[in-house]
Amino acid sequence: MNDRIPGFSTLAVHAGAQPDPTTGARATPIYQTTSFVFNDADHAASLFGLQAFGNIYTRIGNPTNAVLEERVAALEGGTAALAVASGHAAQVIVLQQLLKPGDEFVAARKLYGGSINQFTHAFKSFGWNVVWADTDEPSSFERAVSPRTKAVFIESVANPGGTITDIEAIASVARNAGVPLIVDNTLATPYLIRPIDHGADIVVHSLTKFLGGHGNSLGGIIVDAGTFDWSKGDKYPMLSEPRPEYHGIRIQETFGNFAFAIACRVLGLRDLGPALSPFNAFLILTGIETLPLRMQKHCDNAKAVAEFLAGHPAVAAVSYAGLPGDKYNNLARKYAPKGAGAVFTFNLKGGYQAGVNLVSNLKLFSHLANVGDTRSLVIHPASTTHSQLDDAAKVKAGAGPDVVRLSIGIEDKEDLIADLEQALTA
Amino acid sequence: MNHDTYSDDYIRGILNSVKTIAMVGASPVEVRPSYFAFKYLVQRGYDMIPVNPGHIGKSLMGRPFVASLAEIGKPIDMVEIFRSSNHIMPIVEEALKLAPPPKVIWMQLGGRDDEAAAKAEAAGLKVVMNRCPKIEYGRLSSEISWMGVNSRTISAKRAPIPTQGMRLSLNRMSVGGGTTAASDRAAKNKTEQS
Repeated sequence: MNDRIPGFSTLAVHAGAQPDPTTGARATPIYQTTSFVFNDADHAASLFGLQAFGNIYTRIGNPTNAVLEERVAALEGGTAALAVASGHAAQVIVLQQLLKPGDEFVAARKLYGGSINQFTHAFKSFGWNVVWADTDEPSSFERAVSPRTKAVFIESVANPGGTITDIEAIASVARNAGVPLIVDNTLATPYLIRPIDHGADIVVHSLTKFLGGHGNSLGGIIVDAGTFDWSKGDKYPMLSEPRPEYHGIRIQETFGNFAFAIACRVLGLRDLGPALSPFNAFLILTGIETLPLRMQKHCDNAKAVAEFLAGHPAVAAVSYAGLPGDKYNNLARKYAPKGAGAVFTFNLKGGYQAGVNLVSNLKLFSHLANVGDTRSLVIHPASTTHSQLDDAAKVKAGAGPDVVRLSIGIEDKEDLIADLEQALTA
Repeated sequence: MNHDTYSDDYIRGILNSVKTIAMVGASPVEVRPSYFAFKYLVQRGYDMIPVNPGHIGKSLMGRPFVASLAEIGKPIDMVEIFRSSNHIMPIVEEALKLAPPPKVIWMQLGGRDDEAAAKAEAAGLKVVMNRCPKIEYGRLSSEISWMGVNSRTISAKRAPIPTQGMRLSLNRMSVGGGTTAASDRAAKNKTEQS
């Protein structure tokens, strides 16, 4: 094969984008428009019938958003993607294609607190039943699978502790069960881990975090790996059966290895409506151009801060997979050799009150409920993101009362360490 | 030749060189994939001929159906087979009897018959299996990018605005093979299991 394969950094800048055909604009224009003019009646009918490539209405697709979609699909090694309003919206749309009321999905217990809430409460009202499994124990996923299971859901690098998931082991459980593996790759980004290379069938992201990277725009994305065969039996009728929404089209038969992304767009986004603003897509795209540079700096800073904390007398323990001797260090070496991410937790000897004090003493770290910003961030999960869980569930999710979570930014690491030093001894 | 994956150059070479395409199994039903592909290829300037004995007397985009390849009565560059894998061999055999024979046999997404492919290749024809020419054309021209699909090509050149009946440049820089590595492996596993 003569095709040269450009590297990750080249794709981060170029994939999906090209000079604007109309104006020659080199940066991707913000197509801030609700709708697009048809050439004629037949063109309109072709677009509505999914027969032609093109734009109709920004709730279904938008040229700025399409550049973002192709770029993330290229970085993840997927066949196609769909950008939506948030990471939460991405999860709703993915599961809407897979589950009917009464169906189940198996999810790792260590997840972003917002996902735990969404799965436990919001999805319950749709009749989508989550069955929890132990993130660190692939055999617990096997035990959780039933004939009603339609999907398995994990995070590659898990919130809040930055622990690394054995994607390949859980992918093999999903494969044996004949269901797709969905991996939330938000905390790793494709720069550190490409879950599709390890057996994921669907990748989701909150673009709000490291991909956008600047803490200025919400967004979510769904990436189709093109690996799952939806046509086996009638388990996934949104993909395999004639769709009344489109006069009897079968999505898998028509769109082949990017059928899942199309189903998410034309059956999910079109009908549920959480569209991404083209302006947000533009900001996120600009962020992605520097993803490789930022992510390496995030990881290098995080390792230095974790090493500092591990040697501090006020700290009981540091959970950072990049530290030698950490429980997840072997998995980090295998899955994320360039760095173990920049979100991790540590335990304070002084318990809950010490956590609250630390947060109020810090001057450079911002106290807020986000991760993956250029700025360094801190939060005390037990009193915030995970406060809806009971104490036992908090501990199981890695958010016990003495736990503080950091998201390390791209400032100078010496300044971050000095700020933590003064806050710990204040 | 390996039919699990194709280089972009191979597919590009075929789509850039063929002009007349006979589509066996073309359907006048508007929701069938063959209708989608037929209409798109007409719009991109190919001379399309619908072949389907079940629809004689009707036409597709103004082009009358013919019952068989032999009835076309002019040289064709490519035969595109829109039939399931077990119906492919007799169509390839019929195509090889044409004088002159076509230059390319293309089997639609889901269609694969390695024996028929070997026969066509032995006669000097190029073969593509389990691909859609609409998707491949849209991918290599990046027109498919409107749908959020990974075209696996990049370009710093300014492209013209696509209009009805216009051929698009397919000469972008390829990012990978004909499809992504992961979906290639999945397709190969599926072939081996069946």
